[in-house]
Amino acid sequence: MSDFEPKIVAFLCNWCSYAGADLAGVSRYQYPTNIRPVRVMCSTRISPHIVLELLKEGADGVMITGCHIGDCHYISGNYYTEKRVAMMKKLVELSGMDPNRVRLEWVSASEGEKFANVVTDFVNQLKEMGPSPVGKDDKLMDRLEAATEAAKYFRLRVLNGKDIKLTEKGNVYGDVLDCGEFDKMMENATEDEYLRSLILQLTKTEAFSVKEIAKDIGKSTEETLEHVVSLRSKNLLALDRIDDMTPRYKAILIGGA
Amino acid sequence: MSDEEIRIGVFICHCGTNIGGFVDVPAVTEYTKTLPDVVFVTNNLYTCAEDGLATIRDAIKEHNLNRVVVASCTPRTHAPLFQSTCESAGLNKYLFTFVNLREHCSWVHMKEKDKATVKAEELVRMGVARARLLKPQEEARIEVEPSALVIGGGVAGMSAAISLADMGFPVTLVEREAELGGFVRNLGCLWQGRQDPIEALQPIISKVKEHRNIDLHLNSEMLTAEGFIGNYDITIDTKDGQVSKKVGTIVMATGALEYLPEGFYGYEMYDNVVTLTEFEILAKNKKLPKMSSIAFIQCVGSRGQDKTYCSRICCNVAIKNAINLADNWKNMLGLEDEEGKAVETVPVEKKAPEEVLERRRSRRRGRRGGREEEGEEAPEARKEKLDIAIFNRDIMSYGVEHELNFNKAREKHIRFVRYTPKNMPKVSLEDGKLVVDYWHETLQLQRKMPVDMVVLSTPLIGQPDSTVLSKMLKVPIGQEGFFLEAHVKLRPVDFATDGIYLAGTCRGPADIPEAVSQGLAAASRAAIPLARGFVQPETLTAFVQEDICTGCGTCIEVCPYSAIRKNEDDIAEVIVAACKGCGCCGATCPEGAIMMSHYTDEQLLAEAKAALQEVLL
Repeated sequence: MSDFEPKIVAFLCNWCSYAGADLAGVSRYQYPTNIRPVRVMCSTRISPHIVLELLKEGADGVMITGCHIGDCHYISGNYYTEKRVAMMKKLVELSGMDPNRVRLEWVSASEGEKFANVVTDFVNQLKEMGPSPVGKDDKLMDRLEAATEAAKYFRLRVLNGKDIKLTEKGNVYGDVLDCGEFDKMMENATEDEYLRSLILQLTKTEAFSVKEIAKDIGKSTEETLEHVVSLRSKNLLALDRIDDMTPRYKAILIGGA
Repeated sequence: MSDEEIRIGVFICHCGTNIGGFVDVPAVTEYTKTLPDVVFVTNNLYTCAEDGLATIRDAIKEHNLNRVVVASCTPRTHAPLFQSTCESAGLNKYLFTFVNLREHCSWVHMKEKDKATVKAEELVRMGVARARLLKPQEEARIEVEPSALVIGGGVAGMSAAISLADMGFPVTLVEREAELGGFVRNLGCLWQGRQDPIEALQPIISKVKEHRNIDLHLNSEMLTAEGFIGNYDITIDTKDGQVSKKVGTIVMATGALEYLPEGFYGYEMYDNVVTLTEFEILAKNKKLPKMSSIAFIQCVGSRGQDKTYCSRICCNVAIKNAINLADNWKNMLGLEDEEGKAVETVPVEKKAPEEVLERRRSRRRGRRGGREEEGEEAPEARKEKLDIAIFNRDIMSYGVEHELNFNKAREKHIRFVRYTPKNMPKVSLEDGKLVVDYWHETLQLQRKMPVDMVVLSTPLIGQPDSTVLSKMLKVPIGQEGFFLEAHVKLRPVDFATDGIYLAGTCRGPADIPEAVSQGLAAASRAAIPLARGFVQPETLTAFVQEDICTGCGTCIEVCPYSAIRKNEDDIAEVIVAACKGCGCCGATCPEGAIMMSHYTDEQLLAEAKAALQEVLL
């Protein structure tokens, strides 16, 4: 695949990484031409769905760079970035793409050489990985769409926002969660929300039975039934009809059509 | 404005050969004409020059532009210039977008002109995609507390404090030590003569202590500093308890220390092997050992040994000390009193004096190397002449006066012995005497020089606890441990963070005149917001769409600045003055109710997608 040139979008935080990239320029460090920088004030600015949108658009890789942990210009902004990127990677993996297509790096204003090295390394990594499968796999696009919707969903965002509070101060009962416990909870919630988004995606235009849905998403009937019940209780999924004693469900579309 | 036709002007810069030499600028210009909503394109040799700026102003008027894209160097240094140019032509400065072709394209793809040109075209396309979605913003004016904080009471800090105080602004000066003066207090004499540095500093120190506008806190340290330009809340830990203050700007002048060359040339192994700074302390306190020969070794621990940089001032200091020894060695060694009367000769002292030992202990908190026992008595000091050698890789006597000093040193028969990194001199103990074993480049012979003292010229290093202040004030430290200025040429005494400035050796090795200059420069920069009385921070804040907000409070929890609260209707509300625009709340809001002005999701996605699509839709 020596003629493959990956397309990479890189989000650079204004205070450290953009300055680091500037320093790479001032110092004339050379790196591949594949990267397209987008300047943001803080790495925490990047909502997970933005990265997933770019992957759907055909980006071979997306890089997010920010200040080192503990050195964020916005105090704790990059802490949330790290958590969000972990969520993004999980969603990408659940979609069936290599999660290493999303990369997070801390690059300080004085690390011009590191910026050049990171870009070069990421380009080489993506060349080995090969072109993005988006555009060649219709199922993949559906799965990425589901991942994008999951990333926007209330529950994942609330959990992302509560991370520091739950692991440092505790919940309303005063229980402080272990960081590992919270990460596991977050990972499970991410998978749950992805699967539910996928179910809604599948049932958007046609009604399906639990068994059919289970086969499509590759999960057991019991697990799928749990998700269907959850979606029904949120009024996102409705019983469309019963065929020979088999219930068929369809997504409830908000806003008509 | 919402239904107004989008009319974009794009100004592509050659930057001389900086961009023009590595990117096909005319090709980029032609490509840009094909982009939607672009009604004017031109390229300039230097867009930031007056004729380039005039082109922008004229084009805005002639072509009725309502969006401007400049594709040139980095927005970090030049965006304000172009934005003010737009404003002078009547265009809101937030309808401007910068595309970085120099630092992110031409300078990093110098050997791939074709690919660099394609990338440049795509970068401009991304800029145009963003420009189409920009909206005008209004900037709030925020009052400035008309006072300043100076951290560090050395030469640079005192210069800054006096300058600001003379302008009429109250200044809080925080110094960790019990005395003002900083590193200069170590020096034995100034290079211009035999003047005592403390005596030379005394007028400045007195002025600081007596100045009506300077609130001096000795034996004090910074505890906290929060806020933003014009409005910093600080807490100082003083010997009398904590002091809280509000200041508008901050000057960092925390100085530097000399590097302790453990493991080099017998330092800590042999007595009478000292650093250049320790030598100055001994000279100042009349505690130099009686000696007949002395060797200075330059570049110890620097220029590739442990530290990579040149410390700039060591050669000048070594030459100064060598000249003083050559001129006044009998007095400096205690062989003559102040009236020139001979004092009875005594043998070379064996142990390093307590001043040096105590200072080393305080630097390392008791960590000490082993000692080697000395042998027989050294010969008595000769009275006729002191044998002085300076072992050097190069001599960095920059500046007119220092170069003259270098020449003067050679006229006094101070020997300059060149060594190379391949043939470093060695210091050992032979028959109880220090010996410098070195390769003589000119004679091409290995030679030995018995000496009574070895002085190691070591570099200045950043204060070990700089990281504490770096985190507190959110200012960067460079890879060599000094604070990092915003731009070495254009903003040499600013930090990238507005409202905080730096001066003196905390940003790199400097001599006294340089430290004074930087202190005065930092003071003049720090005075600008104080004199104006207000600042207009960029409008890069979050705002809440009230009809979508459900009042869950997640944004309040994640905001690092506590800039969001609930209003009377129990929904979120942004405190604009406190918001820094990091976007953490916008990316977290479960309902998607929070947007970032000037960096909306829509704008970010349009810019990023333009990198992936061949055609702008």
